[in-house]
Amino acid sequence: MNKDIAIKVCTGTGGVASGGEEVLSAFRNAISSAGLEVTIYEKCSAHRVGCRGFCAKDVLVDVIINGEKTTYKHIKPDMVARIFNEHLMKGNPVTEWVVGEEYHTFHNRQTKVVLSHCGEIDPEDIKAYMTVGGYKAARMALTSMSPEEIVDVIKNSNLRGRGGAGFPTGLKWELGLRIKSDIKYVICNGDEGDPGAFMDRSVMEGDPHAVIEGMIICAKATDSHHGYIYVRAEYPLAVKRLQMAIDQCKQSGFIGNNIFGTDFGFDLKIFQGAGAFVCGEATALMRSIEGKRGMPTPKLWRSAEKGLWDKPTVLNNVETFANIPRIIMNGANWYRNLGTERSGGTKVFSLSGNVKNTGLIEVPLGVSLREIVYDIGGGIEGGKAFKALQTGGPSGGCIPAEHLDIEVDYESLAQVGSIMGSGGMVVLDETSCMVNTAKFFLEFTQAESCGKCTPCRIGTKRMLEILERITSGNGREGDIELLQELGHYIRSTSLCGLGMTAPNPVLSTLRYFRDEYEAHIRDKRCPAAVCRELITYSILEDICNGCGACKRVCPADAVRGTRKSLHRIDNDVCIKCGTCFDACKFKALMKK
Amino acid sequence: MKMYKMEKILEKILNDYQLNKVNIISILQDIENSFGYIPEEAVFWFSKKLDIPASRFFGTATFYSQFHLKPRGKNIITICRGTACHVKGSERLINRLFMELDIPPDEETTPDLKFTVEKVNCIGACGIAPVTVLNKEVHGKMTLDKLIKEVKKIKSNE
Repeated sequence: MNKDIAIKVCTGTGGVASGGEEVLSAFRNAISSAGLEVTIYEKCSAHRVGCRGFCAKDVLVDVIINGEKTTYKHIKPDMVARIFNEHLMKGNPVTEWVVGEEYHTFHNRQTKVVLSHCGEIDPEDIKAYMTVGGYKAARMALTSMSPEEIVDVIKNSNLRGRGGAGFPTGLKWELGLRIKSDIKYVICNGDEGDPGAFMDRSVMEGDPHAVIEGMIICAKATDSHHGYIYVRAEYPLAVKRLQMAIDQCKQSGFIGNNIFGTDFGFDLKIFQGAGAFVCGEATALMRSIEGKRGMPTPKLWRSAEKGLWDKPTVLNNVETFANIPRIIMNGANWYRNLGTERSGGTKVFSLSGNVKNTGLIEVPLGVSLREIVYDIGGGIEGGKAFKALQTGGPSGGCIPAEHLDIEVDYESLAQVGSIMGSGGMVVLDETSCMVNTAKFFLEFTQAESCGKCTPCRIGTKRMLEILERITSGNGREGDIELLQELGHYIRSTSLCGLGMTAPNPVLSTLRYFRDEYEAHIRDKRCPAAVCRELITYSILEDICNGCGACKRVCPADAVRGTRKSLHRIDNDVCIKCGTCFDACKFKALMKK
Repeated sequence: MKMYKMEKILEKILNDYQLNKVNIISILQDIENSFGYIPEEAVFWFSKKLDIPASRFFGTATFYSQFHLKPRGKNIITICRGTACHVKGSERLINRLFMELDIPPDEETTPDLKFTVEKVNCIGACGIAPVTVLNKEVHGKMTLDKLIKEVKKIKSNE
């Protein structure tokens, strides 16, 4: 049989969770026992994340025979034998397991730059990266471009920092180049701490070489010879794959002395974070590499002047670096034209929450939020109503339906009270309580506040206490105004970005969903039936058939009733854990 | 643990430290990996050897959530508290789990050191929320029912 067959199986963090490794080895076993000439690529997580909406529980597998690609969804190890026998051996795809139309719509709407390799190449093999043009840009930059030329290209591309603040990357590099010092550093910020954002993880896991190549080019442009990649401890697979990539680069002579035969040298190390959100802030991150408590320092100098160990330092985000090789190869104009006038290129967003197609998406800046949620995301799960889109994680805000038509970029999101941030987008439907959501984010920032400056340390605590009393039914008149006042002061007087943006979730929900706050405070009612102290569970008489499922799962023995007769909940005993609500298959449970 | 055995491990960490000139966060990471937490004795041992005040070690250890000053359970259950997981009901998973395992208030480990339940900010698998990690194995789309079953499975293997 003379066929050119390739199989790609997802094996990212989520892929492993869904059994990707088992599927991969099932394919390997089947193939080795049949002796077919098949190459097995491990599909990286980023791509599979993009398809999560369809492979939520299982694994997505690409089978490519003579260039013809078939994508399977929900693949489990025991399904491999049939695909092998019917598709690989006889050439008949197993049609009922092939992905549907929505899979293709999901991808066709996107423009992939940063994610173009994720899910296509084996992230653990430098050769795979080089066959798609890897390290050509670095070679070009090192052998035939001056630092000034590189800086000019990046400046013209209109690339802005993808970590969230949106500082023009070219300007940062220009400053880094201009300042003279015997030692300078390049740092890649992989401390992706925003809950709800996972694009950096996927890029580090799915295309680690692109990040490293971007850093090599940056080192040349700023005349630095030392680099660090700061990765969160929560991302073990990213650490493993980056370390493999660095080792392979050293062997190939892309890291070390005399790179590409030039006299330019660059060495690169990984530093593992130890679990502190504030370390995503540049100055805190540098203190952490120095081995100290990761607390931000006042920005008397730019990091480009005095950064790590007081040496000039250029720090960029993972996604920013991953863009660099493509910009060098394709030119500044190409990248610039992808985006809007103010910001060039594409941005990766992680779309999650109550939306049908959850996953990573990459779109040109300037598309509307509506396109993201409804066209790519496929709309709201389970036919419920859209309530808000949360962007920018705990530093961002909630955007209501009336603003869904704005074009996405740094400025437009700021105008509606949110931020771009690192690109987390969580869709909230009608079952989400906005006061509870605001409380959730404040709990986070309050716990992650490093405690150095008073407005953030004490201010967020007071705001959280107010929100706690509102959600537990003890809200008072004047609480809303108090939250607004506190928020204003914390925003204007905190030391670093964490404190300055901490009130955003509260202020933006107050701006658009004030009525929900008022319902909690005045009527002691949670309109979305989320806040535990304000709801009661009951069983609907005409639906309950007495199956007893709720009674069996109740941990507090609060359900009364005998088999095949109406059950009821004893509200004096009920602890409102919601287990019965999930257990009832007939929707006979009600909460309000 | 017997002191001489602990000292052997600490010697090895010290060697690595002097060889690679890393910082005290790396030392703490090595201690945590070797013992599952940061024993007080280990900090004082390093403080003496390196002539760095113990307060600097403790200051750093308490700052980062990765470090623990108390022994942890044999089985570790991590529940993601990211935004997507929150929207999909992770709060209820946590409440129920603490109840199921009888973990005392303000603690995260059972008194018999069999289970530790910890919350993590976001493990970046938001596409399959809510996510839990049972002894380093990531499980997506978790439900109350599934979680309790998994915990019972671990319990019965004890």
